[in-house]
Amino acid sequence: MPDGSFAHPQQRQFNPYTDNGGTILAIAGADFTVIAGDTRQSEGYSIQTRYAPKVFRLTDRAVLAVNGFAADGNMFVKKVKQRLEWYRHAHAKDMPLHAIARLIQTMLYAQRFFPYYVYNILGGIEEDGSGAVYSFDPVGSYEREACRAAGAAQSLVQPFLDNQIYFKNQKAAAGQSHPAHLPLSDVLAIVIDSFTSATERHIEVGDGLEIYVVVAKGRSPQGLETMRNVQELSTRPDGDRMFILRRELKKD
Amino acid sequence: MNSFLTRYSSTSPEADIRKAKELFDEDGDVSDVMWGSASGFGNLASGVPMFKLPSVPDPTSFLRMHTDDHADPSCRIKIKHGTTTLAFRFQGGVIVAVDSRATAGSYVASGTVKKVIEINPYLLGTMAGGAADCQYWETYLGIQCRLHELRNRERISVAAASKYLSNLVYSYKGMGLSMGTMICGWDKTVRIPEMNRDCTEAIRANCRLQGPAIFYVDSDGSRLKGDLFSVGSGSTFAYGVLDQGYRWDLTDAEAQELGRRSIYAAGHRDAFSGNTVNLYHVKQDGWQFIGNYDVSKLHYEGPGDVPGAPGTGYGYDLRVAGRTSSDAPQSEGQA
Repeated sequence: MPDGSFAHPQQRQFNPYTDNGGTILAIAGADFTVIAGDTRQSEGYSIQTRYAPKVFRLTDRAVLAVNGFAADGNMFVKKVKQRLEWYRHAHAKDMPLHAIARLIQTMLYAQRFFPYYVYNILGGIEEDGSGAVYSFDPVGSYEREACRAAGAAQSLVQPFLDNQIYFKNQKAAAGQSHPAHLPLSDVLAIVIDSFTSATERHIEVGDGLEIYVVVAKGRSPQGLETMRNVQELSTRPDGDRMFILRRELKKD
Repeated sequence: MNSFLTRYSSTSPEADIRKAKELFDEDGDVSDVMWGSASGFGNLASGVPMFKLPSVPDPTSFLRMHTDDHADPSCRIKIKHGTTTLAFRFQGGVIVAVDSRATAGSYVASGTVKKVIEINPYLLGTMAGGAADCQYWETYLGIQCRLHELRNRERISVAAASKYLSNLVYSYKGMGLSMGTMICGWDKTVRIPEMNRDCTEAIRANCRLQGPAIFYVDSDGSRLKGDLFSVGSGSTFAYGVLDQGYRWDLTDAEAQELGRRSIYAAGHRDAFSGNTVNLYHVKQDGWQFIGNYDVSKLHYEGPGDVPGAPGTGYGYDLRVAGRTSSDAPQSEGQA
């Protein structure tokens, strides 16, 4: 209409979210934790970039993986890092892992009525030296677990993890029992297999794989240093050690 | 900042929230305590926490559009749901039993959820509805209960604690919180002075406020005192077993077995409940964790060697002893 009005009823929606695909995964061992994510970022059927990291180093012994809406995820990681830096300035030490987990809960719940569309998995080393994984829903409910997959291919990866890590629906050989924790080499093999398989069967997973490994102070990285494409991120030689392991995934 | 506030000052949910907002620094989510020692929940001790709202005329319908998976199964943000929880009062205290399954749509998001929230050594809360709502507000309730102890040199009563929670969630009514919880505990026994032994009505009323107590609190604002409650999608199945076996003078072992058996029944018949049973017993000296039991194991083998155990599985496979419609023994009529 010439006067600026509309001939038909108009409807508007505030739709600030989108799903950027991808998958993240974390597994805790006795004295180490592995946190991994693919690097593809997509919207609908098109790939926006083949390298958008979803896994971030927070402290010397804590790593956060974020999945869901990339813009929310990046902003959330930025704010968590900011709060951890303030803590460092106030206390002259890094925030312990269980405290970071509670911080993330309150930060997510502060957005209860306008949530971050982000699934978080926090991994690292607890103060007692044990490996730990915390998983969150978008509004902050959380739980400590031994392993967790989230994102596009969670329904493909999590059942595999249940079987290989928790030995669900497996029976131990006569006179033997399932191990409580697996060695690092087994865990890394499971993580890499999870992502190559998810890449085959899910269109939103692929391109690259970034695996963070945090090893507790004084414990052996079990030959990890000699693997190809490994970079050490540790800041102190006598503290917990952190490594990043990069692998290519199929790009089609 | 003022224009930010006036932008949606006309809507009613916002008017409710603004009161909470004014307690805080206007400048976004940065309050002074965040810089110092009080990280995490520390910023909650000084008042009701502040929540960010989307800048739309009706924040509540925005939230419902994007999160409520009952209204729209294709919505993006799935909040975990589905549960069976129960609690009952009896001669020996309070039994609290829950399942451990969390579902997002039809996906089993977790089978190891802790649906009993340990508020303090004398208070338990149960989780049904939104996992984050229950976890966050019951932890927050724990902070307020501790502050009550420090201010009054006396433990908070279950009635007072549950009313605190009830009033709190009522102030958010209509904004999309989802919780159905039971606040369970043991109110401290008040010593009646020797000279007042002849019971007046006032003393008898006081006596009713001692010992085991359960209050049901939900996000609609209900707060009910009672002896026996079950909450969640599997509650009807749990009630079926619970009502059949409930007596006031149950022994501790019988009561624990009844709680276990009721959650098992819900796990068996309700698709949104299952995985494992968590069992708690509240007595005079606080709550005690009794155990974690796999629902499938309960079906085939029973709970193992624990007080009140029947020694066999809960499933009826054993009782029918192979006599089912698929391999029925030849009856005379057919022969």
